[in-house]
Parts: sequence; C-alpha cells; structure tokens
Amino acid sequence: MTDAVVRRFRDALPADLDFCSLRLVSTRSESLSIRKGVLQPLHDSEDLGAMVTVRQGRGLGYAATADLSAAGLAAAIARARAWAERTAAHAVFDHERIVMPEPTGSWQSPVVKPWDDEPLADKLARVRAAAASLPDDPRLVEWEVALDRTRVETRLVTSGGGDVTQVFDMVSPDATVVVHADGRTQTRSLGLRGHSRQGGLEVADDVGFTGMPARLLDSALSLLSAPDCPSGRMDLLLAPDQMMLQIHESIGHPLELDRILGDERNYAGTSFVTLDMFGSYRYGSELLDVTFDPGVPGELAGYAWDDDGTPAERQMLIRAGILERGLGGVVSQARAGVPGVACTRAASWNRPPIDRMANLNVEPGDSTLDELVSRVERGVLMRTNTSWSIDDSRNKFQFGCEWGQLIEDGELKEVVRNPNYRGISATFWRNLSGVGDRSTFEVWGTPYCGKGEPNQLARVGHASPMCLFSDVDVFGGAA
Amino acid sequence: MMQQRLHDLAQAAFDALQPGEDATVSFAGERTDFARLNAGRVRQAGSVDQSDVTVRLLQGRRHASRTLTLAGEGDPGRVAAAVAELRQLLPLVPEDPHLSVHTEPVQQTSVLGTEPDGAEAVTAVLDMAAAGGERPDLVGIWGSGRIGRGFASSWGQRSWFERGTWSLDFCLVHAGDKAVKRTVSGLEWAPERVGQALSTARQELVALGRPVKTIAPGEYRAWLAPAAVDELWSLLRREFGERGRRTQTASILPAVEGTQRFSPLVSARESVATGVAPGFSGDGWPRPDAVELVRAGAVVGSLVSSRSAKEYDLPCNGAGAWESAEALELDPGTLAEADVLPTLGTGLRVSDLWYLNYSDRQKCRVTGMTRFATFWVEDGEIVAPLQVMRFDDSAIRLFGDGLVALGAEAELGMSTSTYFRRDTGSTRVPGALVDGFRFTL
Repeated sequence: MTDAVVRRFRDALPADLDFCSLRLVSTRSESLSIRKGVLQPLHDSEDLGAMVTVRQGRGLGYAATADLSAAGLAAAIARARAWAERTAAHAVFDHERIVMPEPTGSWQSPVVKPWDDEPLADKLARVRAAAASLPDDPRLVEWEVALDRTRVETRLVTSGGGDVTQVFDMVSPDATVVVHADGRTQTRSLGLRGHSRQGGLEVADDVGFTGMPARLLDSALSLLSAPDCPSGRMDLLLAPDQMMLQIHESIGHPLELDRILGDERNYAGTSFVTLDMFGSYRYGSELLDVTFDPGVPGELAGYAWDDDGTPAERQMLIRAGILERGLGGVVSQARAGVPGVACTRAASWNRPPIDRMANLNVEPGDSTLDELVSRVERGVLMRTNTSWSIDDSRNKFQFGCEWGQLIEDGELKEVVRNPNYRGISATFWRNLSGVGDRSTFEVWGTPYCGKGEPNQLARVGHASPMCLFSDVDVFGGAA
Repeated sequence: MMQQRLHDLAQAAFDALQPGEDATVSFAGERTDFARLNAGRVRQAGSVDQSDVTVRLLQGRRHASRTLTLAGEGDPGRVAAAVAELRQLLPLVPEDPHLSVHTEPVQQTSVLGTEPDGAEAVTAVLDMAAAGGERPDLVGIWGSGRIGRGFASSWGQRSWFERGTWSLDFCLVHAGDKAVKRTVSGLEWAPERVGQALSTARQELVALGRPVKTIAPGEYRAWLAPAAVDELWSLLRREFGERGRRTQTASILPAVEGTQRFSPLVSARESVATGVAPGFSGDGWPRPDAVELVRAGAVVGSLVSSRSAKEYDLPCNGAGAWESAEALELDPGTLAEADVLPTLGTGLRVSDLWYLNYSDRQKCRVTGMTRFATFWVEDGEIVAPLQVMRFDDSAIRLFGDGLVALGAEAELGMSTSTYFRRDTGSTRVPGALVDGFRFTL
C-alpha cells in the first residue's frame, strides 16, 4: 500500500523544489482492560496519514494530510510549499544551511511473541487472569488492569532518493490499585505506564503481568498502616522506576537543544543549561554517566533513524559527570553549533518533528543494592513516581513517590507513605554518591512525554540502576 | 462539508447493520494552520487536515468500537467494513453492566466563527510585533482553522458542533525566564486585539527590566492573576467527577465531605452555555447549559459520565469519560483591577503558575512554580521581578480560609491545548487575592 503512495508522491513532486519529504505513519492500537471486575469496552484504532515537508530557499513548510490520493498528495505539497515561500522572509534561521539526510534501509523492533499471532480470546484471558489475582478485600476501592498494544509503521521518503521503513511494536501491561481504610487512601501503580516496552506479548510475561495486581495490592495495603515519611535532609535511594522520572525531567529536558535555543519558552520552557556549558560543565558527580542509546533491546524509544532520517547511534551525553553533548537533531545542531544526537521525532504524521530525548539512560556503576543501603546512616528508599513538578528552566524540582522505606544505620526498615523530595537539578546530580551495578539496572519507559507547539506526546525510554543521593530535602504528606 | 461527511459515514454504518444491532458514529475533525514563533520569527509553520470517526456497534448490551482516520473517497466502505469486523468481536464480549446509551433522536447543530487565512494572519502578527522598529523576542504559537465535532446514532440522533477559531498564545521575553505571557483568541479575526495584547505586554515588559529580587521561602500575601487562577482550577476541574468521589481518589474530598470548605466567595460551575465546548459529550449525551459544582463555598454537584451514571445509578449530565470540567466558570468577586495592588499592599503579584501537581492528593496539597512575570510589591507599588519560586499549599485553603477577595472581572480563556487535535475546552475565572501563600524553594 505504501509503495503506491510513494509512487504518487514522487509523481507529484514539482521539479523545482529544493527539498521535499513524505513521512508516512500508520498506527494501529488496541486496548484491553478490566476495571473492578468489568471488562471495559473493546476499542481499537487505525490511523494512516502523511506529513509533507518542503524546503524552498530559506523557508520550510509543512502540510499534514490523510488524503493519500494523487490529488491529496499534490495539494499537500502545494500547501507545504506555500508555507515555505510565505514565511521564508521571517524564518528564524536560514534553512538552506541545513543538508537534510537521504537515508535508505529498514528496521524493526525485535519481537518474540507477535501480538497478532495470539487470538483475542487468549489475550482477554491474560487480562482476566491478572484481574483474578486480586482477592476480595473491602479496602480495595478501585482497580484496573490493562494490556495495550501499539504498532507504528513509518516510511520516510525524500526527494533526493532517501527511503527508510521502520516498524515499532509496543506492548504496555499496566495495573493500578487504590485502597482505603480509616480515612486514608493509598495508590500503587506502575507510574506513568512504566512497563511500556517494544516487543510482543513476551513483554507481559517478562514483567509478570499475571501476578502484578496482587503484588501492587500487597504493597498498597502495607502503605495504609505505614507512618508518614519523615522530613529533613537525608540520603535518598531511588529505584529505577523513580530514576525514570528523575532522569527525564532534570537531565533529559534541560539538555534539549530546542529548549536551549528558545523554541519552547512559551510552553515547555527553557533550560538552565547554556550552549557554552557543553564540553566542560560539571553536571553531576564523577559517578554519573548518561547515554543516549537507541539500541537497548526492548526499551521503548529504540529506532535506527530519527524522523529527519539521521542514523541513530549510542552517544555519551554526560561522562564522569561532565556534560559532553546535547539532545538535538540535525537542525538544532546546525543552529546551536554543538554536538547532538539523532533525536528529532514527531508524535505522528500530523506533527512536525522536534528534539526529543528517546532512550536516555544512566549507566550502571559497581555497587550492589546491599552495598548502597549499607552506606546510609539515615535515609529513604523511594519507588514509583506519583507526582512531578519542575520549573521551566528545569532546575527547582519536587517529586513524590507512591512508596517509601526508611533506611537506618545501613539497614532497610519500616515502610513509609507519601514520600516526597525536592531539590535543584544543578546541584542534585553532584550529590550522586552511589550507583548500583547491573543487578539493580532496569529498563522503564513511558508514552506520555508532552512538549511542543502544536503539542506532541512522545514515547521515551529510561533505563537506570539504583542511585544514591546525599543531603536531599525529604518530606512526607503532613509537612 | 465536515458535517455532511459525518452524515454520509453514519449512513454507511447504519446501512451495514443487521437486525438486532445498533450503531453510533462520532466525528472529530479539524483543518488547522499553525506557526511556531521564536525570536519574533517563524520556527515551524504548516497545515494539518485530519478527521476521524469512531464507530460503535451494539448488540443489546454487548458492544465494541473502532476509530478510523478518514482518508477520502473510500471512507464509507471502510466504515461498513469496520461494522462487519466489530460484529466478529462481539461474541467474545460479555454484556456491559455500565453501558448507557443516549437513544433520544436529538437534533443539534451549532456552527459559529470565521477563521482568517493563517499565513496572512501570521505575517500580520509579526509585522505588528515589529512595529516601531526593533523585532521583539516574541515566542509562541499561532493556530487557526475549523474544528468539527459530531455524533450520530441509529436511533436518529444528529448532533453537530463546528467552530472557526484563531488563537495567538505568546510571550514577549525580557531575558532568560522573565517574560510577559498573553493569549488572545476568538471566533472572528480581530487583529486589533492582537495589537492591544502586544502593546500591554510591551508595557509590562519594562518592569521586568528592574533588578531581580529573591525572597526566602515562607508565607506571603499574593495576587494571583486570572491566568494563575486558571492554572490552579485546571487541576481542580478534574476532581469534580462522580467516579473520583466514589473511589476515594478525588483531591477535593475534604471539601465534599465538609472537613474543609471553600470560601463563601467561591461559586463554580461547568458552563457549556458560556464556554466553547460542544453541547454534547463524545458519546452523544446532551450537556445541560450549566452544572453547578460549588455554591458559596459548598460542593453541591458532580460531573457524571454515561458509565458512572449506570454504575452509580445517577442521571448522566453529559460529562466525558474523564469527568473533567470542560467549560469551568468561577464567579467573579468585587475587587476592581485598579484596587488590586493597593489592596495587596505588600506581597507577590503572580502572573502565571506552572507545572502543578499534588504533593499530597488526599489533602489537596498542590505544588507548582511561579512563571514568567511575578513581581514583589510593597505598599501597592511594583518593586522588582522575582526569581521563580516553588509553592506547596492546599488548594482548598487557598480558595477557602486563605481567600481574601476575587477579582471583579472573570476572563474567558480558550484552551490552547493541541495534543492530538485542537481542544475545545475553556475556563472563565477571575484573579484572586490570597493570604499566606506558602513558598518552599
């Protein structure tokens, strides 16, 4: 089907265009869920459309359409060209300076158990089995289990002969439980659909989907009777499912070159990072190694080319605490004059690509979990994000977790509820005092990163070991 | 044209039905011109033409649905094929105890607004911004075009909502994170309103040039401009749903249960009649002109979706699946604009809040940041812009014991959200003078 669209696109290309690309995006999604014992309405979706990009002279224009007929594509090319020509005199930079990639090739997410190979009845049975793991308990006031899939096929074709096809298979097993007793309510979940990964139904198997709701219920019930998290400055041990959020908000977004260049100041915000910091700024302690890594198997935002067609490769962004490289694609790198990565991505066919963080990981260190805990005289271990807030320069943050556990004199002690902490990005990472080894390393991800005008949601992956931070402002719900 | 498209596709779905079956078809579409602006120039500009339909097939209480992006000529055939494929799924689906379908053959049509040519308007905006010589550091987003929402059922309902709109959501930046933000929008292109917004923003920008002041964490008296109040209520408006109340997850439960109370100055409602949202929900339920939520400080109502209506045996009042207010209206008070700073005395004038989230949901304790143009005020006079500050306070307290006065004018803010598609939400809120606003970092 896409071959016919590509032929029509090439046939419709005017000879005098400087550059034109067609980015076809097909998305199929299905959602299976049970809430409080009731199968939620079955729903699926089929989405196919294309973004046409035209560079003409200094100008750049876009036109998104789902009309993939010859006439529809010709009209989209004309609209994109008109935008390029009419805004060229006002363009924020000279697009003629940018040499757009002309890649060829194909790539596909590794899949062990394809979603489509299993009958719907069997997939529903998986969800029912997960739901059945929850016992009757009067304290359980709300719960939901879900198994979702998304399959995205993209094809990027350029006027210079580029032609790249990529297929992304993603599965998201999810569960949330809410318990209430004696005036207290506690929630346990996977935090922002944190088990979303590339792959097939093996993702559900790998994360133990069937027993997940019961495990969350046990955890939630332990919180109901737990004391509030203490307040004060102390050590903070973050599990990988909270490191996901910490990396995302206070490393990922500040390093986005389009934020640093000011594109996002009206919406997502700016950055405390400035262009002169690349190559010399101490972002964190010497224990901090951060990579842009599109090749981690199963991590949610893996790919071989970004949406501009730049080949994606693993790169060190922060090495031994020193900032080396930003998160910006071919356009932002040319504007900023600093090194970046292949991370220009669009939410779908209806949005232009912008700088995105994709898979952004903290590399493992050499400490076991026991060793990390043993170093703590007084602190808290926190798991699973429930609240996040950070200023528009990505500096002053406050994050809350669903679950906490005291650490005293080198040992894990009682569970505490409503754990929160706050800090400043520019100093927080310099207080990184311990990094877990590969035995503590976990791959997490979320489909809910919001940014851009027009607004876009992106899938991001964050893998991390357990990380220990010293001298952090920790507090509970009553503080 | 979009409306006819819905009717044609709905007919294709209904023609494909077999005895004992019913169907609903909902439509969402837009033709949008957009331009991202940075440094008073164009960063990205283009057009988006997108529409989809969601076809729901029902056999009694069994049902399933599919959303299809519309492509053109072949769409009626795709819709008919979807009906046939959904029919294959229904044997796997049990009866849905929470299914609640609107079966009255309501006929609704509301079409308003004439959008401008996007490229011409963007050029005009940039020219107005640069009037006077120097090109300002203007950053933001232009959006314009038609939005359509529709619903049709095999019981004969035909509901249609269509708007031609434009909006300019922008900042004039002084330096770094210091900026003046404005949003102007409407149903008929009014360039003079853009000019006026740019002019007042330029004037306010002057005060941001003063040396920046840093204040210590603590409790401060503060004037929250309507945009800041809007941000707080954009969080609270999600908490009036019936489901959140029944499942003990709504943050405003202390106010619902009466252990805490909003100020008698606070009255709020979901007001579709005065907002810009469709008069029907995505699953076709008509929305009343207004649903009273807070009356003189007491929580008196909730938003009930069709599924909650069935689950909790209540009448549906047209709320969407998330039971969030889409046209929230907070009554104004009596504090005139000219009296704001004198009445504030010494404290903070907060233009915008940002990135709000709960630090303790059960106590409705909210954290967030000041943003853009927050000033230190002494004896009713602006003294200095402030470094951004983090607050952490109970939203019920801020609009309860902490509320001193509400502004005399409520401002209509049309949603500028464009995740997936242009939003049709709105709020109409006044500014608020509060005591003891708690800053932590």
